[in-house]
Amino acid sequence: MDGLGIIATASGFGFVYGLAARTAGFSPIEASGMSLIVFAGAAQFAAVGYVAGGFSWLGIVLLTAFLNARHLLYSAALAPWYADRPKVERAAMAHLLTDEAFALTITHFRRLGHRDRWGYWFAAVVTTWIPWNVSTIAGVVVGGAVPDPNQFGLDIVFPAAMAGLAVALVSGRRELAAAIVGAVVGVAVSVAWDPAIGIIAGGLGGPLVAMAMPGPPMTELHADAPMPFGDIPLEEAIHDPARSPGP
Amino acid sequence: MTLDLIPLAILMGLVTYPSRAIPLLVSQFGRLPRPALIYLRLVGPAVLAALAAVNTMVVDTDPGLPRAYAFQVGIQWLGVIACLAIVARWKNLLAGIVVGLAIVAGARLLGWA
Repeated sequence: MDGLGIIATASGFGFVYGLAARTAGFSPIEASGMSLIVFAGAAQFAAVGYVAGGFSWLGIVLLTAFLNARHLLYSAALAPWYADRPKVERAAMAHLLTDEAFALTITHFRRLGHRDRWGYWFAAVVTTWIPWNVSTIAGVVVGGAVPDPNQFGLDIVFPAAMAGLAVALVSGRRELAAAIVGAVVGVAVSVAWDPAIGIIAGGLGGPLVAMAMPGPPMTELHADAPMPFGDIPLEEAIHDPARSPGP
Repeated sequence: MTLDLIPLAILMGLVTYPSRAIPLLVSQFGRLPRPALIYLRLVGPAVLAALAAVNTMVVDTDPGLPRAYAFQVGIQWLGVIACLAIVARWKNLLAGIVVGLAIVAGARLLGWA
């Protein structure tokens, strides 16, 4: 059932991404190419906004790197479960690693108490990769038939999706503080200077302020979140199965 | 049909792949300092919130002029807040986007915004 929810979300989000990309002037091949090559929804939405705004590629690439840095944590969390698999398989897995794939996989493994070798592939390919790419094509094709997308509120899709994803990542006081400070700094710097600089300032400044806050132990923060090692140092978690979430 | 943005997609893919792959591929993936782990975890919500806020609250008042940005209040706020509330309550991003979109589209079609 969790998988069905992810399929619905990936389909809807991918469709809207396709529409937004078309509205921003992407060709169907460019929109689909980005879904195939990047395969990271938030970064793709951000790129659509920035391309439409005429921002530099350097800024887009830097923002993409920042936005997707969280995948490092997902990858680290999955590493113990797949340490015995061939590198080629792990390299292929890495390209398909998304918020949704990680969430479904780690939940499934914890429920089972052991690794299900095909669990990750089901989460990554069946529930996310296929719906995302098929719906991207649908969105970008239908997008060409929509005369004035903003009349239908499509300009709200990007900020709403970003806000929704931000909420989904908030699992404690520090995350909440980072989001609020990031938003405030982002808007202030954007009005005073430039939105591209504002977003980067918010993204970098929010966490700095949030880190100054007292927070609960990471074991409490991350029980079901993308840093399941909690308070255990990453190295120990990877090399000491008894302390890791792995099998 | 243009392919101009394909190189951009490749660059974006190139900067994304290492963060997805390094811990999975490097068996001796070292211990990250605890502050770095916490900081990385906080980057996601901060960047996404900044993106949402800037795209909702900042408007380019004159595209022909540099740095002509202003704070705006509009129906977009309501759409984003509705999406936020739905995701926070029901964890359903798709429903949040659909409701937010419906609010803004409805208001515009009725001439309220």
